[in-house]
Amino acid sequence: MNWIDNSIDSHARLLALRSARSEAISSNIANSATPGYQARDVDIGREFSSYLNQSGPNIQKTQPGHMEISGAGSFDLMYRIPQKVSENGNTVEPETELSAFTENAIHYQAGLQFLSSKINGLRLALKGE
Amino acid sequence: MSLMNVFGINHSALVAQSTRINLIAENLANADVAASTPEEVYKPKYPVFSTLMDASAADNQARGVTIEGIATDDRAPRNEFNPGHAMADENGFIYMPNVNPVQEMANMMGASRAYQTNIELMNSAKNLLMRTLTLGQ
Repeated sequence: MNWIDNSIDSHARLLALRSARSEAISSNIANSATPGYQARDVDIGREFSSYLNQSGPNIQKTQPGHMEISGAGSFDLMYRIPQKVSENGNTVEPETELSAFTENAIHYQAGLQFLSSKINGLRLALKGE
Repeated sequence: MSLMNVFGINHSALVAQSTRINLIAENLANADVAASTPEEVYKPKYPVFSTLMDASAADNQARGVTIEGIATDDRAPRNEFNPGHAMADENGFIYMPNVNPVQEMANMMGASRAYQTNIELMNSAKNLLMRTLTLGQ
Protein backbone atom coordinates (compact mmCIF):
# COMPACT_ATOMS: atom_id res chain seq x y z
CA MET A 1 0.00 0.00 0.00
CA ASN A 2 3.04 2.22 -0.22
CA TRP A 3 1.80 4.22 -3.16
CA ILE A 4 -1.36 5.26 -1.29
CA ASP A 5 0.71 6.27 1.74
CA ASN A 6 3.06 8.24 -0.45
CA SER A 7 0.32 10.18 -2.16
CA ILE A 8 -1.52 11.04 1.05
CA ASP A 9 1.33 11.43 3.55
CA SER A 10 2.59 14.81 2.42
CA HIS A 11 -0.93 16.26 2.54
CA ALA A 12 -1.38 14.87 6.04
CA ARG A 13 1.93 16.34 7.16
CA LEU A 14 1.01 19.73 5.75
CA LEU A 15 -2.38 19.70 7.52
CA ALA A 16 -0.70 18.68 10.80
CA LEU A 17 1.72 21.60 10.44
CA ARG A 18 -1.11 23.98 9.61
CA SER A 19 -3.13 22.96 12.66
CA ALA A 20 -0.03 23.24 14.86
CA ARG A 21 0.45 26.74 13.49
CA SER A 22 -3.15 27.71 14.26
CA GLU A 23 -2.62 26.50 17.82
CA ALA A 24 0.53 28.61 18.18
CA ILE A 25 -1.24 31.69 16.82
CA SER A 26 -4.27 31.19 19.05
CA SER A 27 -2.05 31.10 22.12
CA ASN A 28 -0.48 34.35 20.91
CA ILE A 29 -3.92 35.95 20.68
CA ALA A 30 -4.88 34.55 24.09
CA ASN A 31 -1.79 36.17 25.58
CA SER A 32 -2.13 39.50 23.78
CA ALA A 33 -2.34 41.31 27.15
CA THR A 34 0.14 39.22 29.15
CA PRO A 35 3.25 41.20 30.15
CA GLY A 36 6.48 39.67 28.88
CA TYR A 37 4.83 37.10 26.60
CA GLN A 38 6.73 36.44 23.39
CA ALA A 39 4.78 35.48 20.28
CA ARG A 40 5.64 32.12 18.65
CA ASP A 41 4.97 30.79 15.20
CA VAL A 42 5.66 27.74 13.03
CA ASP A 43 7.56 28.34 9.79
CA ILE A 44 5.50 26.11 7.51
CA GLY A 45 7.76 26.49 4.45
CA ARG A 46 10.89 25.54 6.36
CA GLU A 47 9.26 22.61 8.18
CA PHE A 48 7.65 21.21 5.06
CA SER A 49 10.79 21.41 2.95
CA SER A 50 12.76 19.67 5.70
CA TYR A 51 10.03 17.00 5.67
CA LEU A 52 10.36 16.64 1.90
CA ASN A 53 14.16 16.50 2.03
CA GLN A 54 14.41 13.88 4.73
CA SER A 55 14.11 10.25 3.77
CA GLY A 56 12.20 9.48 6.94
CA PRO A 57 13.62 9.33 10.47
CA ASN A 58 16.83 7.43 10.89
CA ILE A 59 15.21 4.12 11.79
CA GLN A 60 16.09 0.97 9.91
CA LYS A 61 13.54 -1.66 8.98
CA THR A 62 15.07 -4.95 10.12
CA GLN A 63 12.05 -7.23 10.04
CA PRO A 64 9.58 -7.79 7.22
CA GLY A 65 6.66 -6.81 9.46
CA HIS A 66 8.04 -3.33 10.28
CA MET A 67 6.01 -0.46 8.97
CA GLU A 68 6.90 2.83 7.38
CA ILE A 69 6.91 5.79 9.78
CA SER A 70 4.52 8.48 8.64
CA GLY A 71 5.21 12.18 8.78
CA ALA A 72 3.26 13.57 11.74
CA GLY A 73 6.52 14.41 13.47
CA SER A 74 7.86 17.29 15.47
CA PHE A 75 8.36 20.90 14.46
CA ASP A 76 10.20 23.96 15.74
CA LEU A 77 8.38 26.83 17.38
CA MET A 78 10.08 30.06 16.35
CA TYR A 79 9.87 33.45 18.05
CA ARG A 80 8.22 36.19 16.07
CA ILE A 81 10.19 39.40 15.49
CA PRO A 82 7.88 42.28 16.44
CA GLN A 83 7.54 45.33 14.24
CA LYS A 84 7.05 47.70 17.13
CA VAL A 85 8.31 47.78 20.68
CA SER A 86 5.95 47.54 23.62
CA GLU A 87 6.68 48.73 27.11
CA ASN A 88 5.81 45.52 28.94
CA GLY A 89 7.87 43.18 26.75
CA ASN A 90 4.86 41.61 25.02
CA THR A 91 5.59 40.95 21.34
CA VAL A 92 2.04 40.07 20.23
CA GLU A 93 0.62 42.31 17.51
CA PRO A 94 -3.05 41.38 17.21
CA GLU A 95 -3.35 42.53 13.58
CA THR A 96 -0.36 40.42 12.52
CA GLU A 97 -1.66 37.42 14.42
CA LEU A 98 -5.20 37.68 13.06
CA SER A 99 -4.04 37.98 9.46
CA ALA A 100 -1.65 35.06 9.97
CA PHE A 101 -4.46 32.98 11.46
CA THR A 102 -6.83 33.77 8.59
CA GLU A 103 -4.16 33.05 5.99
CA ASN A 104 -3.38 29.78 7.74
CA ALA A 105 -7.08 28.84 7.83
CA ILE A 106 -7.42 29.44 4.08
CA HIS A 107 -4.36 27.31 3.39
CA TYR A 108 -5.73 24.61 5.68
CA GLN A 109 -8.99 24.57 3.73
CA ALA A 110 -7.09 24.42 0.46
CA GLY A 111 -5.07 21.50 1.82
CA LEU A 112 -8.28 19.74 2.81
CA GLN A 113 -9.65 20.30 -0.67
CA PHE A 114 -6.56 18.77 -2.29
CA LEU A 115 -6.58 15.82 0.08
CA SER A 116 -10.27 15.31 -0.55
CA SER A 117 -9.79 15.22 -4.32
CA LYS A 118 -6.86 12.85 -3.85
CA ILE A 119 -9.01 10.48 -1.82
CA ASN A 120 -11.81 10.71 -4.36
CA GLY A 121 -9.35 10.00 -7.17
CA LEU A 122 -7.93 6.97 -5.36
CA ARG A 123 -11.41 5.71 -4.61
CA LEU A 124 -12.39 6.09 -8.25
CA ALA A 125 -9.29 4.17 -9.31
CA LEU A 126 -9.98 1.39 -6.80
CA LYS A 127 -13.59 0.99 -7.89
CA GLY A 128 -12.53 0.74 -11.52
CA GLU A 129 -15.89 1.80 -12.88
CA MET B 1 -5.10 17.17 17.03
CA SER B 2 -3.75 20.66 17.55
CA LEU B 3 -6.86 22.38 16.23
CA MET B 4 -8.80 21.01 19.21
CA ASN B 5 -6.37 22.78 21.54
CA VAL B 6 -7.38 26.11 20.00
CA PHE B 7 -10.64 25.87 21.93
CA GLY B 8 -8.93 25.31 25.27
CA ILE B 9 -6.44 28.12 24.69
CA ASN B 10 -9.03 30.66 23.59
CA HIS B 11 -11.39 29.59 26.34
CA SER B 12 -8.73 30.46 28.93
CA ALA B 13 -8.42 33.88 27.27
CA LEU B 14 -12.20 34.39 27.39
CA VAL B 15 -12.21 33.64 31.12
CA ALA B 16 -9.28 36.02 31.67
CA GLN B 17 -10.81 38.85 29.64
CA SER B 18 -14.23 38.52 31.26
CA THR B 19 -12.59 38.68 34.69
CA ARG B 20 -10.86 41.85 33.50
CA ILE B 21 -14.18 43.33 32.39
CA ASN B 22 -15.75 42.39 35.74
CA LEU B 23 -13.00 44.20 37.63
CA ILE B 24 -13.40 47.27 35.41
CA ALA B 25 -17.14 47.28 36.14
CA GLU B 26 -16.40 47.01 39.84
CA ASN B 27 -13.93 49.93 39.65
CA LEU B 28 -16.37 52.13 37.76
CA ALA B 29 -19.26 51.24 40.06
CA ASN B 30 -17.21 52.28 43.09
CA ALA B 31 -15.73 55.41 41.51
CA ASP B 32 -17.92 57.77 43.53
CA VAL B 33 -17.99 56.01 46.88
CA ALA B 34 -16.68 58.46 49.47
CA ALA B 35 -15.02 57.44 52.74
CA SER B 36 -14.08 59.26 55.94
CA THR B 37 -10.54 57.87 56.25
CA PRO B 38 -7.90 57.14 53.59
CA GLU B 39 -7.80 53.47 54.70
CA GLU B 40 -11.48 52.80 54.05
CA VAL B 41 -11.42 54.10 50.47
CA TYR B 42 -12.12 51.63 47.67
CA LYS B 43 -8.91 50.77 45.79
CA PRO B 44 -9.10 50.06 42.04
CA LYS B 45 -8.36 46.44 41.13
CA TYR B 46 -6.53 45.14 38.08
CA PRO B 47 -5.93 41.56 36.92
CA VAL B 48 -2.38 40.26 36.52
CA PHE B 49 -2.17 38.00 33.47
CA SER B 50 0.42 35.31 33.07
CA THR B 51 1.07 32.69 30.42
CA LEU B 52 -0.04 29.14 31.09
CA MET B 53 2.88 26.95 30.08
CA ASP B 54 2.69 23.30 29.16
CA ALA B 55 5.55 21.69 31.06
CA SER B 56 4.98 18.31 29.41
CA ALA B 57 5.35 19.63 25.85
CA ALA B 58 8.76 20.06 24.32
CA ASP B 59 9.87 23.61 23.54
CA ASN B 60 7.75 25.15 26.33
CA GLN B 61 4.70 25.78 24.23
CA ALA B 62 2.10 28.15 25.69
CA ARG B 63 -1.31 26.69 26.54
CA GLY B 64 -3.28 29.86 27.10
CA VAL B 65 -3.48 32.56 29.70
CA THR B 66 -4.33 32.58 33.39
CA ILE B 67 -4.99 35.21 36.03
CA GLU B 68 -2.12 35.06 38.46
CA GLY B 69 -3.66 37.44 40.94
CA ILE B 70 -5.50 40.69 41.38
CA ALA B 71 -3.42 43.79 42.02
CA THR B 72 -4.79 46.83 43.80
CA ASP B 73 -3.79 50.37 43.03
CA ASP B 74 -2.47 51.51 46.42
CA ARG B 75 -1.75 55.12 45.59
CA ALA B 76 -3.09 57.70 48.03
CA PRO B 77 -6.78 58.51 47.46
CA ARG B 78 -8.01 61.88 46.29
CA ASN B 79 -9.10 64.02 49.22
CA GLU B 80 -11.75 66.64 48.71
CA PHE B 81 -12.71 69.48 51.03
CA ASN B 82 -16.44 69.02 51.48
CA PRO B 83 -17.52 69.82 55.05
CA GLY B 84 -21.21 69.38 54.23
CA HIS B 85 -20.77 65.75 53.19
CA ALA B 86 -22.16 63.09 55.51
CA MET B 87 -18.84 61.19 55.41
CA ALA B 88 -16.61 64.23 56.05
CA ASP B 89 -13.99 63.84 58.82
CA GLU B 90 -13.36 66.40 61.57
CA ASN B 91 -11.31 68.59 59.19
CA GLY B 92 -14.06 68.57 56.58
CA PHE B 93 -12.34 66.21 54.13
CA ILE B 94 -13.79 63.23 52.31
CA TYR B 95 -11.65 60.64 50.55
CA MET B 96 -12.50 59.47 47.04
CA PRO B 97 -11.20 56.34 45.24
CA ASN B 98 -8.37 56.71 42.76
CA VAL B 99 -10.48 55.49 39.84
CA ASN B 100 -9.85 57.19 36.51
CA PRO B 101 -12.99 56.67 34.38
CA VAL B 102 -11.20 57.46 31.11
CA GLN B 103 -8.51 54.90 31.83
CA GLU B 104 -11.13 52.34 32.84
CA MET B 105 -13.13 52.88 29.63
CA ALA B 106 -10.00 52.50 27.48
CA ASN B 107 -9.13 49.35 29.39
CA MET B 108 -12.66 48.06 28.82
CA MET B 109 -12.41 48.64 25.07
CA GLY B 110 -9.16 46.66 25.02
CA ALA B 111 -10.75 43.82 26.96
CA SER B 112 -13.84 43.62 24.78
CA ARG B 113 -11.72 43.70 21.60
CA ALA B 114 -9.59 40.87 22.89
CA TYR B 115 -12.73 38.90 23.84
CA GLN B 116 -14.16 39.34 20.33
CA THR B 117 -10.91 38.33 18.66
CA ASN B 118 -10.77 35.13 20.69
CA ILE B 119 -14.36 34.26 19.76
CA GLU B 120 -13.56 34.88 16.09
CA LEU B 121 -10.60 32.51 16.31
CA MET B 122 -12.75 29.82 17.92
CA ASN B 123 -15.30 30.22 15.14
CA SER B 124 -12.65 29.81 12.42
CA ALA B 125 -11.22 26.76 14.19
CA LYS B 126 -14.71 25.28 14.43
CA ASN B 127 -15.25 25.77 10.69
CA LEU B 128 -11.91 24.10 9.91
CA LEU B 129 -12.73 21.13 12.12
CA MET B 130 -16.18 20.74 10.59
CA ARG B 131 -14.60 20.71 7.15
CA THR B 132 -12.07 18.14 8.35
CA LEU B 133 -14.84 15.89 9.62
CA THR B 134 -16.40 15.74 6.17
CA LEU B 135 -13.08 14.86 4.51
CA GLY B 136 -13.36 12.30 1.76
CA GLN B 137 -17.14 12.45 1.47
